[in-house]
Amino acid sequence: MALDVESRQVVETAEGEVFDQLVVNVGPSHPSTHGVCRVIVHLDGEIVTRAEPVIGYLHRGIEKMAENRTYLQVVPLTDRLDYVGSMYSNWAYCRTLERLADIPVPERAEYLRVIVCELQRIASHMMAIGANGADTGALTLFVYAFDQRERVVELFEALCGQRLTYNYVRPGGVSYDVPDGWIEDVRAFTTEHRSALAEMDKLFFGNTITRGRLKGVGVLSAADAVAWGASGPVARGSGVNWDLRKHDPYSVYPRFDFDIPTGTEGDCYDRARVRLYECYESCRIIEQALAQMHSGSYRTEGLPRLIAPPPGDAYDHIESARGALGIYLVSDGSPRPYRMKVRSPAFCNLALLPMLSEGHMLSDLVAILGSLDPVFGEVDR
Amino acid sequence: MSGLVWGIVWGLAAGVLIALGALIGVWWERKLSGAIQMRIGPQELGPAGLLQTLADTVKLVLKEDITPRAADVTIFRIAPLIVFAPIAMSLVVVPYAAGFAPLDTSVGLLFFMAVPAVSVIGVLLAGWSSRNTYATIGGIRAAAQMISYELPRTLSVLPFVLLAGSMRPLDIVEAWQWWWVPLLAIGFVVYLISSVAELNRGPFDLPEAESELVAGYFADYSGIRWSIFMMAEYGGLVAAAVFGAALFFGPFALLPGAAGVVLFVVLSAILATVMMWAKWTFPRMRPDQLMGIAWKVLTPMALVQLVLVGAVVPWL
Repeated sequence: MALDVESRQVVETAEGEVFDQLVVNVGPSHPSTHGVCRVIVHLDGEIVTRAEPVIGYLHRGIEKMAENRTYLQVVPLTDRLDYVGSMYSNWAYCRTLERLADIPVPERAEYLRVIVCELQRIASHMMAIGANGADTGALTLFVYAFDQRERVVELFEALCGQRLTYNYVRPGGVSYDVPDGWIEDVRAFTTEHRSALAEMDKLFFGNTITRGRLKGVGVLSAADAVAWGASGPVARGSGVNWDLRKHDPYSVYPRFDFDIPTGTEGDCYDRARVRLYECYESCRIIEQALAQMHSGSYRTEGLPRLIAPPPGDAYDHIESARGALGIYLVSDGSPRPYRMKVRSPAFCNLALLPMLSEGHMLSDLVAILGSLDPVFGEVDR
Repeated sequence: MSGLVWGIVWGLAAGVLIALGALIGVWWERKLSGAIQMRIGPQELGPAGLLQTLADTVKLVLKEDITPRAADVTIFRIAPLIVFAPIAMSLVVVPYAAGFAPLDTSVGLLFFMAVPAVSVIGVLLAGWSSRNTYATIGGIRAAAQMISYELPRTLSVLPFVLLAGSMRPLDIVEAWQWWWVPLLAIGFVVYLISSVAELNRGPFDLPEAESELVAGYFADYSGIRWSIFMMAEYGGLVAAAVFGAALFFGPFALLPGAAGVVLFVVLSAILATVMMWAKWTFPRMRPDQLMGIAWKVLTPMALVQLVLVGAVVPWL
């Protein structure tokens, strides 16, 4: 367990007070580090005096690898960024590339992208809420949430044959049109999902122990959320009403009627609950998108195999389940990107961990980490 | 001499009871949690998966017995037994039928409450000797928790002494009246909650909190020694269930003879099921909240119960 960390440390404070601290190494392989996060925790009794995240255990050099591949070959790489929400990375990359190379996207493809990404938001939030539950010991909530996630994954499997790394959103459209009966299945899912959400709300968020565990823990003020570049449910939990779908509208989002749920306290409870309410809004968007979608082509025909955008750069961002996910591409005119840079919301949100967990208990640390919902594929890249 | 022989016999019987309790208890808990979590649970081995636990036991026994290099070897090896033995011992004073308890002693109630408390030492030693920060925190948490919950748990069964005028479980079972059930309702709730906490089971399983401490004080144990900890946990569950069923619900007074024993077994199973059900429903508490509940809620509740019974007793 103890890798290279001295587990006992004598600390001298500014007042000359000397006391012993227990240094606990949490991770990189640990039940609640959401992948491979390593946190070096300094404990004074049960109280965390310092929590220092150590990242990089899942670094695969995706940004560098992209420089040696053609633009189309990078799409599967983006799947591996945020592996809980692959559709987002696909879409963010494709939007940037479409802007860079001026590729048109048919309307049906835009609707399909919205539908799969809102489904992906539900799947990703179910993972986050379930993990919140598992971190606080409510293992049953985890299974309930995963049951809902499984329904979404099955829909994706029917759509593109993959359950985790979809490679579905492609430059100029999507890879497949919907199979027969898929739209009815999605409609049935949204109806069923609403009742499941209500059940989870009662089972977990209404529970006294949950409220005791999550309320008032890891409070992030709205000013701090903005200053630290937090986005997504983490910022909205603190009452920052900022969502790219509304405030920098892209694709066909302006055509839908939906709300942005925000919290008031900025604690773990609000962050988790914002995710739950976002799932309701996602259901609304999906239903409207299904009603508005017309038949037509799902991709732009006649695109070259080797896309060689004119020299220049482009940046575009979308609202992923974790916040503002942006991709920056630089082209030198060759069929390979000169540089790709990912603006990862999970990385920015994770940076809040030391500030939020200081002064809380060890048990709260895992709850705070869970409420930030980091995905390390995206943090380490 | 005959005392020694009977001691060995009942000691073995208690061991068999715990082994059976653990075997069936683990299976039942897995089936129950499966039903709660929309799963099926074990189903392949034997009818309805009943033999799954047996297969798991065989696997655990055959596993390598690993002792970490940094551990204090002697203490590390002996700690599981220090946890297990007192809990097995506590089973001998339980009345299993009208007029029958393996160890019929005039201080049975005290024995049942005090002896399992010794296992705290084993838990603390296991956590400390592992030389592992998770295990150390888990062991210290467990010690604090078990000692705190000792108090409301003992207070919750004291009303029996007032009502029956004896600490002998057989006397209490004999003196049992139906109106004890409504009178001791508060005490029963305190007994049930503090028993769950005493066993370190969810929602009070902080010492082995998986999400923070991986497995707490037994993080470094494997194979047979780990399974002794599990046996102790299920043994404690069985003990809490049978003792609670015999005293709080008086099955032997309600039904005579063998029918009473059947009722006793059914009641014990229901109590054990309720304790498992809580684990699979509720989130886990935080150490400070856990202590708060012991000292600010359960202890006053148990005291209120004691005063209530004290007010009733003179009118009997």
